[in-house]
Amino acid sequence: MVWNRHEYDDIPGTYVFDGKRANSGYALNRMAFSFNSEANRKEFAADMDAYCRKYGLSDEQREAVLNGEFLKLLHLGCNVYYLAKIAVFHGLNVQDAGAAFQGITADQFRQKLLDQSTGFQDRLQQEGGYWHG
Amino acid sequence: MAKIIGGLTTSHIPAVGNAMASKLEQDPYWKRFFDGYEPVKQWLDEVKPDLAIIVYNDHGLNFFLDKVPTFALGCADSYQNADEGWGIPASADVPGDAQFSWHLAESLIRQEFDMTTCQEMLVDHGFMVPMNLFWRQHEHWPLKAIPLAVNTVQHPLTSAARCYKLGKALRKAVESYPEDMKVVVIGTGGLSHQLQGERAGIIDVDFDLKCIDKIINDPQWMAELSNDYIMEKAGTEGIEVIMWMVMRGALADKVDVLHKHYHAPISNTGAGVLLLTDAQS
Repeated sequence: MVWNRHEYDDIPGTYVFDGKRANSGYALNRMAFSFNSEANRKEFAADMDAYCRKYGLSDEQREAVLNGEFLKLLHLGCNVYYLAKIAVFHGLNVQDAGAAFQGITADQFRQKLLDQSTGFQDRLQQEGGYWHG
Repeated sequence: MAKIIGGLTTSHIPAVGNAMASKLEQDPYWKRFFDGYEPVKQWLDEVKPDLAIIVYNDHGLNFFLDKVPTFALGCADSYQNADEGWGIPASADVPGDAQFSWHLAESLIRQEFDMTTCQEMLVDHGFMVPMNLFWRQHEHWPLKAIPLAVNTVQHPLTSAARCYKLGKALRKAVESYPEDMKVVVIGTGGLSHQLQGERAGIIDVDFDLKCIDKIINDPQWMAELSNDYIMEKAGTEGIEVIMWMVMRGALADKVDVLHKHYHAPISNTGAGVLLLTDAQS
């Protein structure tokens, strides 16, 4: 009884959503999927603890949901698109979660994105054929 | 006979959907990104395709993780957008073409691409953002569309090579439909981005531009990349670029580039746009 090893397991800071995570995070992701319905969002917002119990989350998963511990949710099998549906209740989006995974502010996270893109228009000129307005 | 008149690509980031809903196209952050779509919109309004096949991945609206088809084809006369959990107003229903869809399903399955056929299919931002990017200037959708969903969410995923072959099979399927129809194939998603983990926030401009160049000129290079390699370079969600290969496979070996646009960052992502046709000479 072993989970297969993969090349991608060695990419640092990365939790590829495969069978192992899908299996351990199933109840958690199932709950997040239910938030597509507004009625369910209301029910969750009214009593988050009870709603987590109704969906059979583990104690660890339930606490991570209630406390908005996003990195821990990844560790516990949450898929990032489903995590986005949970982040809404903490007034946050995927960029905020991206910052939280690294313990930086959302502004620092956005700056990191900008830094990696710096000079991209010069690169487009070098490549040639790109639209420039 | 139905004919593929062009291949398009675009990112399908939800933040772009929000920006369009809030009419932020002229906002300094968004302006260059959106302006780069205008030539494509003009071309589409000139050539007036009858139908778009939109290759995208569902992010947890129609398919939950209990049942995840690797390839799923919409086979309905209409497709509904719906709330994905953040309460954004839904776009108008998009008209489909069930007869054409079932023809595609028959042909693709005969060609050993075992599609899941969907008579009801909610379409999420992966499908709606491209529809809106290209056709929101119209009061009503000016064409029909068929969703072709590729699993890029729950591993194991299919590969760039397999997507490329699916595109080739899709071309045969389209061209064997007896009705005269002009079809565009749209590959969506990408380019580099990683939403999850301590490594979230990757943008690799060099890799993105290399992918764009190779998809145009040397798709076989792209087809040979492993998913591990793509995720290492472009991020876990950057793997969506394999869906561009369905579009590429549906075109001739040599293509003309009518438009090429890139902008970064858009939200967390390097965003690319292509308009390609079969080479004329």
